[in-house]
Amino acid sequence: MHGFANPARFLRLARWLTPSLLAPGVLIASAALIWGLTGAPADRLQGDSVRILYIHVPSAWLGMAGWMAIAGASLAEIVWRHPLAGVAARAAAVPGAFSPALCLLSGSLWGRPAWGTWWVWDGRLTSMLVLLFLYLGYIALADAAARDGGGQSRVAAVFGLVGAVNIPIIHYSVLWWNSLHQPPSISFGGLGGGSSAMAAAFLWPLFAATLGFSLIFGGVVLMRMRTILAGAQAEARLRRKALVREAQA
Amino acid sequence: MTMIKAKHQRLVLILIALAALVGAVLLAAWALRNQASYFYLPSDMAAHPSSPDREVRLGGMVERGSMHNEADGVTVRFVVTDGKARVPVRFSGIRPALFVEGSGVVAEGKSSPDGTFLADNLLAKHDERYVPRELKDMTAQQARQAVAATK
Repeated sequence: MHGFANPARFLRLARWLTPSLLAPGVLIASAALIWGLTGAPADRLQGDSVRILYIHVPSAWLGMAGWMAIAGASLAEIVWRHPLAGVAARAAAVPGAFSPALCLLSGSLWGRPAWGTWWVWDGRLTSMLVLLFLYLGYIALADAAARDGGGQSRVAAVFGLVGAVNIPIIHYSVLWWNSLHQPPSISFGGLGGGSSAMAAAFLWPLFAATLGFSLIFGGVVLMRMRTILAGAQAEARLRRKALVREAQA
Repeated sequence: MTMIKAKHQRLVLILIALAALVGAVLLAAWALRNQASYFYLPSDMAAHPSSPDREVRLGGMVERGSMHNEADGVTVRFVVTDGKARVPVRFSGIRPALFVEGSGVVAEGKSSPDGTFLADNLLAKHDERYVPRELKDMTAQQARQAVAATK
């Protein structure tokens, strides 16, 4: 893992990996959305509002996966002191925060016609809102630490690990507690002919949309990592120049 | 005593801290299992009847064949069931589109002394089944088979 501790080596890899994640991601996500909005059937009860699914589920998944990435990077930072871990976590936080926001927004738009309400304080909705606030808190902490010069922030890393506790709560909220939100429709093996409660006509475009948005997410994280590294490099160069000037004066 | 590498020490410390944290959260979730629930099931209501002046939420399935519209055109009577207990409900007002017999509902309101639940708001609860509109005239059993056949 420390092979990529050398930023130059990581940057060489990231330079070609970024477009090779983004391009197929955009392609697959757009195809999946067109498929979902025009090709896939309407639901027996929900009608056309079921199509919000193709935004709602990928954003929920990416919100949770994004925090798992932050938690993994935080662990690598605290235990192995990996120099890129903090950068990776900071890079994942902004697209991460966008995901639960989009999830809550799309869910609210669906909830009004389907449930008869924009918002309720049930377990699933509340824990997703908590995830959004965790992201905002993480961004504030990590950016403050980066501004103060440390670059690596122990406090943000601990926050990233502790916040991961919310992820199983989001997942199990609909199983532990009676909630207005429906229990999971997709079981692993559902695509292979298992007992998923969702018809395959919804499942395939949903799977494609999730894959497409995940690729875009990965590409955006790499892009942000390169930006953060470039910014740090430029700052170090300026600092060196200032030191040289000071020494000459 | 052998020397432990600093990074291994940190790893063990973090794993212990995380295990303690997860344990604490699981205990809290278990303790909150009633408070964090969004609604009571009919069997909960039967076991612990709520006082008539307390607002509660009742959730369950609308029993098939139990829905009756009253003559005033806005009042509906139906029975909410969870398979173990049944609670009759009365509601006047606008119903959500997904509110149909045999599907889930959450009613907000109070119980009355005669055992009827007087709802002042209805929320339709969608279940986890997603079935294309073309399959809607089938029974639940047929729809499940049809869904399975598309895979």
